[in-house]
Amino acid sequence: MEEEFKVIDNYLMVRMPAEVDHHASEYIGRTADRYILKEGVGNVVFDFEKTRFMDSSGIGIIIGRYKKITCFGGRVFAVNADARIKKTLMLCGLHKVIEIME
Amino acid sequence: METGRRLENKHAGSGMTKNEMQIQFTAVSENEAFARIAVAAFVTPLNPTLEEIADIKTAVSEAVTNAIIHGYDGMTEKEQNQVYIHCLLNRDVLQVEVIDEGKGIEDVEKAMEPMYTTKPDMDRSGMGFAFMEAFMDELEVISEPGQGTTVLMSKKLGTLPFIDREE
Repeated sequence: MEEEFKVIDNYLMVRMPAEVDHHASEYIGRTADRYILKEGVGNVVFDFEKTRFMDSSGIGIIIGRYKKITCFGGRVFAVNADARIKKTLMLCGLHKVIEIME
Repeated sequence: METGRRLENKHAGSGMTKNEMQIQFTAVSENEAFARIAVAAFVTPLNPTLEEIADIKTAVSEAVTNAIIHGYDGMTEKEQNQVYIHCLLNRDVLQVEVIDEGKGIEDVEKAMEPMYTTKPDMDRSGMGFAFMEAFMDELEVISEPGQGTTVLMSKKLGTLPFIDREE
């Protein structure tokens, strides 16, 4: 599952699984934090290309990483989110603090 | 289950007006996907839209996750912790009950506030009940400390305008 995480320049790319729920979220959060701390990446990109389901656990992962990097000027991005994921992100007002891109 | 009477609306194909389903499973995170898929599968005879299916799956996932993380928080004998789901279809209205026998909620009103969580360290967003409220029509939470928690949700299917369904 480590291949879902990749560091490119100052960006940590995280390929989100097909189903983002509590069961999947603990591993993602823990692994992303390891990259942020040990490799010192400043920004995080969540790639939702494969994701067909996400509940509030996904919101928790994003907010958690946002809190960790934003105080150092880092930014969080969400890419390839389908209409449903976008709706879920916007329901929490996340579009105001992270960048949702195609 | 009543038979022999057809519904007048778009769900006419199923031919029944009431249907019921109960499942019980161990309160472990591996079962979250099973729970939401089981409820989604239960409503398929009503020919729901993808949006409705996604709404129901999200709401069930939130309730079951709460039961596992919060309801049975700190309880050691994990295999004894059970989550119960009771679904009732009455014509085009789905009722879902998610029940745990865990520690219960002291202040239900506070727990239901968006962004409120007792576990921010675990990356919980505090949006669980807000999502259930947003994606279902009705939500009721019945809980007492030490008495477990029952989450009652209902949703009428087939209410989305056609144009939304096509998106």
